[in-house]
Amino acid sequence: MEVRKPKIKALPYDEWKDNESLEQIVDELHEGGVNVVTGNLDALINWGRANSLWSLTFATSCCGIEFMACGCARYDFARFGFEVTRNSPRQADLIMCAGTITHKMAPALKRLYDEMAEPKYVIAVGGCAISGGPFKSSYHVVKGIEEIVPVDVFIPGCPPRPEAILYGMMQLQRKVKAEKFFGGANHKQSAAEKELGVSNEELTFREKHGDHRREPIVVTDVPDDFKIKEEEAKA
Amino acid sequence: MKLEFLSFDFDKFASEMANLKEQKHFDYLVTIVGEDFGEEGLGCIYILENTESHERCAVKMMARCSVCGDGIAANGTGDTDGQKLAYIPSVINIWKDADLLEREVFDFYGIVFLGHPEMRRLFLRSDFKGYPFRKDWKYNDKYTLADDEEPNYGLEYFIDKDGNLQSKQNRLFTDDDYVVNIGPQHPSTHGVLRLQTVLDGETVKRVYPHLGYIHRGIEKMWESMTYLQTLALTDRLNYLCAMMQRHALVGVIEEGLGVELTDRIKYVRTIMDELQRLDSHLLFTSCCAQDLGALTAFLYGMRDREHVLNVMEETTGGRLIQNYYRIGGLQDDIDPNFVKNCKDLVKYLRPMIQEYMDVFGDNIITHNRLENVGPMSLEDCISYGVTGPAGRASGWKNDVRKNHPYDMYDKVEWEQCTETTCDSMGRYLVHINEMYQSLNIIEQLIDNIPEGDFYVKQKPIIKVPEGQWFFSVEGAAGEFGVYLDSRGDKSPYRMKMRPMGLTLVGALDPMLRGQKIADLVTTGAAVDIVIPDIDR
Repeated sequence: MEVRKPKIKALPYDEWKDNESLEQIVDELHEGGVNVVTGNLDALINWGRANSLWSLTFATSCCGIEFMACGCARYDFARFGFEVTRNSPRQADLIMCAGTITHKMAPALKRLYDEMAEPKYVIAVGGCAISGGPFKSSYHVVKGIEEIVPVDVFIPGCPPRPEAILYGMMQLQRKVKAEKFFGGANHKQSAAEKELGVSNEELTFREKHGDHRREPIVVTDVPDDFKIKEEEAKA
Repeated sequence: MKLEFLSFDFDKFASEMANLKEQKHFDYLVTIVGEDFGEEGLGCIYILENTESHERCAVKMMARCSVCGDGIAANGTGDTDGQKLAYIPSVINIWKDADLLEREVFDFYGIVFLGHPEMRRLFLRSDFKGYPFRKDWKYNDKYTLADDEEPNYGLEYFIDKDGNLQSKQNRLFTDDDYVVNIGPQHPSTHGVLRLQTVLDGETVKRVYPHLGYIHRGIEKMWESMTYLQTLALTDRLNYLCAMMQRHALVGVIEEGLGVELTDRIKYVRTIMDELQRLDSHLLFTSCCAQDLGALTAFLYGMRDREHVLNVMEETTGGRLIQNYYRIGGLQDDIDPNFVKNCKDLVKYLRPMIQEYMDVFGDNIITHNRLENVGPMSLEDCISYGVTGPAGRASGWKNDVRKNHPYDMYDKVEWEQCTETTCDSMGRYLVHINEMYQSLNIIEQLIDNIPEGDFYVKQKPIIKVPEGQWFFSVEGAAGEFGVYLDSRGDKSPYRMKMRPMGLTLVGALDPMLRGQKIADLVTTGAAVDIVIPDIDR
């Protein structure tokens, strides 16, 4: 059979070398200036968190075997501090969603995500978790786990090679470092927000779901026993 | 195997099937294929094997239709009263593995089996509407995140004295039962298997498997794909048997087309199958050790597995998903270094297998944990369809490579490994011994790969002539077969797999009854189940 030269739609190779954009986010975060004490505290905490990410073993199919291979002698993700995998969501920092999520499994994934303690992250490993992959036309497959849980890092591949999984996990480390615990808001107001007086988050929410603000509830009447009696107030 | 169907009178079906088993010794039910024959209606195809002569036969049975109950929904005890149902007598009393196989047909086609004690959904959620494999089913991929309210009963259908189809409820649990739910997210179930376990203290009384947490409906997807497109999905079933599963699929299509393969293709396919078997068995020995808490043996096995992957990767380009076979041959010729790499691998791996035994297999703790755990006799193994290493540990000579040789397996010398201990230790040892046999097979073939084409040219759009075929290969965990019903189109009318693990999961219940709950993990590890293969 003669195969015509197919046009392969792939990620541009340069994107794989892009480690700066996440570091840019960190810089933007610190644009308004950082307090010496709290800034350093943040850096210390994030350094610790980023280098000991505990993942929930949540392998539904093929990608799970590659994840296991990552943990073994040849690739050894202990080099980056990922070696602790947890079987309970209560003890885990992130879900490695490695494999297809079907309609029957979807409630379980949601529940596991909800059971995890904040701050929590999700990595979607492989084509199935990203978009349904080769099973996109199936009647029983969720077309991408982002429909159910927010995803921090996508690792494409079917299944991704261990190198790709390691790269994805290191991207998550960079992302973990772009967070602030102490010292002020995480986010600088933009010009548009200043004018409107609402946050950027609020704006995107309104774009998606419409204006959710209601009439403010003003309490005018108070039950009798709640009223402060004049005598008591004087005394 | 081109299928010629026996057919029986509907009223005599059960007794004729019993005759096949008792008199003609067809004691192994390979699989039940549910099918929507279009205007003919719904029906089932039973594929049977005689375990002495290894002769196979196929029986076709069309379902009858009738309204369940007296036609008024409120009067009955079952949920389906007043609905029009297709029904066939059950064969669960003749072959035990019919239990899950019939529930699968019910799940996808809505055919109820008279006399089956619990007709309820196996793969899909209990609130799923309709039967997705029927040709008139309307595609719908909506889903909910709400919990599934599973019924705590199964329906048993029967024909009453007036000739009406009736149903009654059978409770799954009694009020005193203590039920522990294991899975679907559990580190030792090897995927997303869920076992509802009824306990009496520490003793297991009953295990109800719940499947379908990774059901992707591959068979339904195949019906709208061209033959070339169907190939991509087999590698994603039991991802440790990617080669063998693809082998079964291209095998059945090639048989339908009548393709003659060159010797080179046959040699390379045999070697690749055995490399894949090594890969799978290495992962089995590793994971079996890890499930018992032995991390060292796990790391050793995974280390050596990488060497096997290296050899395959240099030719196929993939580590796990190989995509190497295609209809009429191979995707590409073998790598120039392939022969040398294989020889190096054989030399390296042989002493390593002894190392697993030193580190883990011969350990007294391992023996205590595995011996007499999850026992199953030879008779039960055949009746429950426990193929592969698990069945061979009970002395059942079921290796498809010996019984129905394909490619080079009848031209090389190798032994079928069996044990007679009937327990988990035997299953572990069969895996270990089979690795030696795989190395033997590779050694014999690797020096003599003949020159020739690696691909026999096929038409760009393949149309298989009308007919039904069944072709099976020996996967790493049992027999893997593909049934193909072609109506002469460019896509199959119905394709159905015989997964390796489905019958193994069905056999967990009889293996574990009366055993301790702690042995559940051990038994599950030793029968080597991989869930995406079961759920498809």
